[in-house]
Amino acid sequence: MFRVTNQPIDLDELVRYVSDPEAGAIATFIGTTRNHNEGRKVIALDYEAYPEMAEKELARIGADANKQWPLCRMAIVHRLGPVQIGDASVIIAVSSAHRDAAFAASRFAIEEIKKTVPIWKKEVFEGGEVWIGTQTGQPLPDR
Amino acid sequence: MKVRIKFFAILRERAGTGEVSKEIANGSTVADLWRQLQRDYPKLDVPGIRLLYAVNKDYVGLDHKLNDDDEVVFVPPVSGG
Repeated sequence: MFRVTNQPIDLDELVRYVSDPEAGAIATFIGTTRNHNEGRKVIALDYEAYPEMAEKELARIGADANKQWPLCRMAIVHRLGPVQIGDASVIIAVSSAHRDAAFAASRFAIEEIKKTVPIWKKEVFEGGEVWIGTQTGQPLPDR
Repeated sequence: MKVRIKFFAILRERAGTGEVSKEIANGSTVADLWRQLQRDYPKLDVPGIRLLYAVNKDYVGLDHKLNDDDEVVFVPPVSGG
């Protein structure tokens, strides 16, 4: 399961999806939106994607992980649109016979997501907003 | 030939649109298209931005030659997670 969604992500659904009688471990990673970034007080985050390519890249990450570690099943779901502070923006679930592979693959997946998947985060903070990763945006107050 | 360009995130805001079609010369590359788009939409020139390039949902290089009806996306720095 590799997809983007405008709905809140259901952790239980992902865990059920990767559950496998061959698995001795399920690792989950939840990326959550935090209320501060580089000294700014963050009010909200808004995610935008190139959805068809984002899902294709998520599936590519899953295939790459599967080549590197002996995995049972993997699921990655990324949230789009406005996400409240503290809510999950991305959840990764991966099952494997032994725990090392599940831990390693989930770490690999989140690092790859941040490099190649066409998803963008706009941070709305007190006094402005900025697309994270670009060197532009409305000027920061008092900086 | 004609290609379809989709804009996302900061480039969508800068262009003022999410999708456009454009007639380009046969044999044009991604780099050629980008130069023409910057003339059409001067605000697309974001100082210091590092773009990636995708054609039909695959990353390609700037010298990739375009074909009729290709879907081209100039990918601003991604920030998922």
